[in-house]
Amino acid sequence: MSLKLKLNGVDHTVDAEPGTPLLWVIRDELKMTGTKFGCGVASCGACTVHVDGFPTRSCQTYIEDVDGAEITTIEAIGDTKEGAAIQQAWMELDVVQCGYCQSGQIMSAVGLLTENPKPSVDDIHDYMDGNACRCATYQRIRAGIQRASVILEG
Amino acid sequence: MTVNTSRRGFLKAAAAAGAVLVVGLRPDGALAAGGNAAQINPFVKIGADGRVIAIIKHFEKGQGPATGLSTLIAEEIGVTMDQIDYEFAPSNPEVYNNLAFGPFQGTGGSTAMSNSFMQYRTAGAAARAMILEAAASATGANAADLDVVDGMVTGAGDPAPLGQFVAAAAALDAPAEPTLKTPEEWRLIGNPDIRRLDSRIKGNGEAMFGMDVYLPNQMVAMLARPPQSGGTVASFDDTDAQAIKGFIRAATLPNNAAVAVYAENTWAAMQAREALNVEWDLSDAEYFVLIKVSGPRDLAAQVGEQTLYFPLLAHAALEPLNCTIEANDDGGITLHDGAQMPTGPHMALSQILELPMDKVRINTMLCGGSFGRRATPSADYQVEAGLAFAITDRSRPVKLVWSREDDMRGGYYRPAFGHKVRVGLSAAGEIVAWDHRIAGQSIMKGTPFESFAVHDGVDGSSVEGVSDTPYTIPGFHVGLTDTKKATSTLWWRSVGHTHTAYAMEVMMDMAAKAAGRDPVEFRLAHLGDSADAQRKAAVLRLAAEKGNWGNAPAGRVQGIAVHKSFGSFVAEVVEISGTADDGVQIEKVTCAVDCGIAVNPDVIKAQIEGGVGYGIGHVMRDEITLTGGVVDQYNFPDYEPLRMRDIGAIETHIIPSAEPPTGIGEPGTPPSAPALANAIAQAGPVVGVLPMINDGVSFA
Repeated sequence: MSLKLKLNGVDHTVDAEPGTPLLWVIRDELKMTGTKFGCGVASCGACTVHVDGFPTRSCQTYIEDVDGAEITTIEAIGDTKEGAAIQQAWMELDVVQCGYCQSGQIMSAVGLLTENPKPSVDDIHDYMDGNACRCATYQRIRAGIQRASVILEG
Repeated sequence: MTVNTSRRGFLKAAAAAGAVLVVGLRPDGALAAGGNAAQINPFVKIGADGRVIAIIKHFEKGQGPATGLSTLIAEEIGVTMDQIDYEFAPSNPEVYNNLAFGPFQGTGGSTAMSNSFMQYRTAGAAARAMILEAAASATGANAADLDVVDGMVTGAGDPAPLGQFVAAAAALDAPAEPTLKTPEEWRLIGNPDIRRLDSRIKGNGEAMFGMDVYLPNQMVAMLARPPQSGGTVASFDDTDAQAIKGFIRAATLPNNAAVAVYAENTWAAMQAREALNVEWDLSDAEYFVLIKVSGPRDLAAQVGEQTLYFPLLAHAALEPLNCTIEANDDGGITLHDGAQMPTGPHMALSQILELPMDKVRINTMLCGGSFGRRATPSADYQVEAGLAFAITDRSRPVKLVWSREDDMRGGYYRPAFGHKVRVGLSAAGEIVAWDHRIAGQSIMKGTPFESFAVHDGVDGSSVEGVSDTPYTIPGFHVGLTDTKKATSTLWWRSVGHTHTAYAMEVMMDMAAKAAGRDPVEFRLAHLGDSADAQRKAAVLRLAAEKGNWGNAPAGRVQGIAVHKSFGSFVAEVVEISGTADDGVQIEKVTCAVDCGIAVNPDVIKAQIEGGVGYGIGHVMRDEITLTGGVVDQYNFPDYEPLRMRDIGAIETHIIPSAEPPTGIGEPGTPPSAPALANAIAQAGPVVGVLPMINDGVSFA
């Protein structure tokens, strides 16, 4: 089937079978590789993108359900003020290690700060629970979100 | 990743080739330098534009060698971290070998910094000396009066960019023994403000991992493997797979170990593999036989005895295994891979594809974690890719992709181990006897590494951390029983120390309790005058001091453990609230580390934080089990990873040291689990069976 997607502000028409996960359209068809494949069952969060502004696990999102949607990936999240703040905080604190989960961590963290600019530690834990980091960079992710919250305050 | 064929790229490359200084080290350690990177396998390249490029012989799985080895080069030359980039070295076991491994290129055993420290400093110092000599000739100044500061040659009139002298320097001979900067002169080594060089690209989607290789016209291959290790393909039927759009074909690998499914894209490969019907021959399949540990015997007075059980564990790095092979115009191939030990797949692919070694190239990519899994002695997944490529017409690149389930169920686990330990105390509360029996599966036996890793029948990786303990223990007996089954086990972040540190440190706490002594004081009393014992005592004291040992806030208890591994010493205080019955919450972990000279202090702290998380995450709730030889776990829902809420703050303190750098990727892991167990035992049982949830411990 033929579908329309707006990915990072650019219109695309893609041809994909119903049931194809959005993740594989983004990666294999559109060659945007910042969004990662980690588990395929929405259990690790590495594939997180924004669909119409909301963090969504693209590995469990079927392409027919996002026809006409606006998709934002890690490659463009820095254009939002929350994304820029998170990326700045991530660099200040050297959050990353292997880095493979960090696209998804950042996409979730931006979702959190957009909804809740001053999250408590519990808020952070609740929101970020689905994003796994096997390098265990968690305390820097937590600190990075808190730092980005301060940056956003100006 | 691929050869830049654009005209702009060609001109740029041609211009740079005209003026570049490269400095490398020959296999005998002698310096080599010149202006042609193709002739000298360099450790550093400097362009006429003044850009410095460090060539990193180790792979980057997040543990920091790209930043660390670049720091050494930048320090010795005299450039800032903003003026240096890095590239990963090609596969070349003569030049880029790990000095700890012999003529073998690879990353492991937490050796990346320790074996490279002098090499990269020497190469950087030679480049600096050559630039200063060229600058002296050009300006008439004395080289000894010149310096390189932040990329500028100073001391002869106006500071001049070092790039100006690159062409002349490239014509000089490398100095035999360049003068290294002294620790007093260091501005970058040991500087806690140095940031990682890969932070930006890993935060904006630019970082290219092996999984991100998309070559023109490539096929994706996924393998249908037998449900039990050692099974083979009897036959297969791909009728249903043919209905999947994008399916190309299916074929049995030449070694009969799997059926390769080729497709135009990853999702089609996944679906087609699912639709494939394979008949397996399991007559020679392996059935894991897990070792049994008998129950405790009667205890004599003042003697503690404990049996401890450690399960199989998967590495479960977040990037599922993958690699891509493409044909080159010269008849050879390139492997694109987050290659942890390039020499292994280099030799294996040379054999499988019947190519001379110099026709096999390896492009080392970033990798999304390893924890040891990407370094199999058998080069398992690269061999799979080689076989899958070999049976095509080789006109299309083949990208082998594992799913999460393949990774979880694909073997190469931390072996299961059992320990039985009996500790005898004197009336004065001193350890007088220690009887330690270890049973498990050898990692090294039956692999190409057996000859150097197994001595007198003992695989050192099964007993490391016990047999070499710095504790003063008279009457120390260690016994090992190991099995040599062909089922695949593998080193897993900190190898034998994953279980031996737990056994040693849980027993030390039991013995301290039996003796009625404080765990810190008891350990210090058993650490003598040797250098190792003193360094171990120092981290123990520092962790206790910084962790406010003995003064836990109301409602919390503490546990402590200390261990030496990979040349480094780490002590950790774990502070918990709750109990084993009503739910333990890990509130705080305070760490002290002595890893010699701390090249990148913030990377060291990050590695300790990660090491603690890796150790604690697994002992809480993870294990791989088998039923009838088939792995029971499929994906993260059955092998729940550590989550952010599981651990509160982790604080790391580094002991200043002038000793050569030692390991940091692994040493944070071993003490974390026993420190947690010792905290739980303060108000509950000794946890002898891992994961802890199998021994009556619940977590908040």
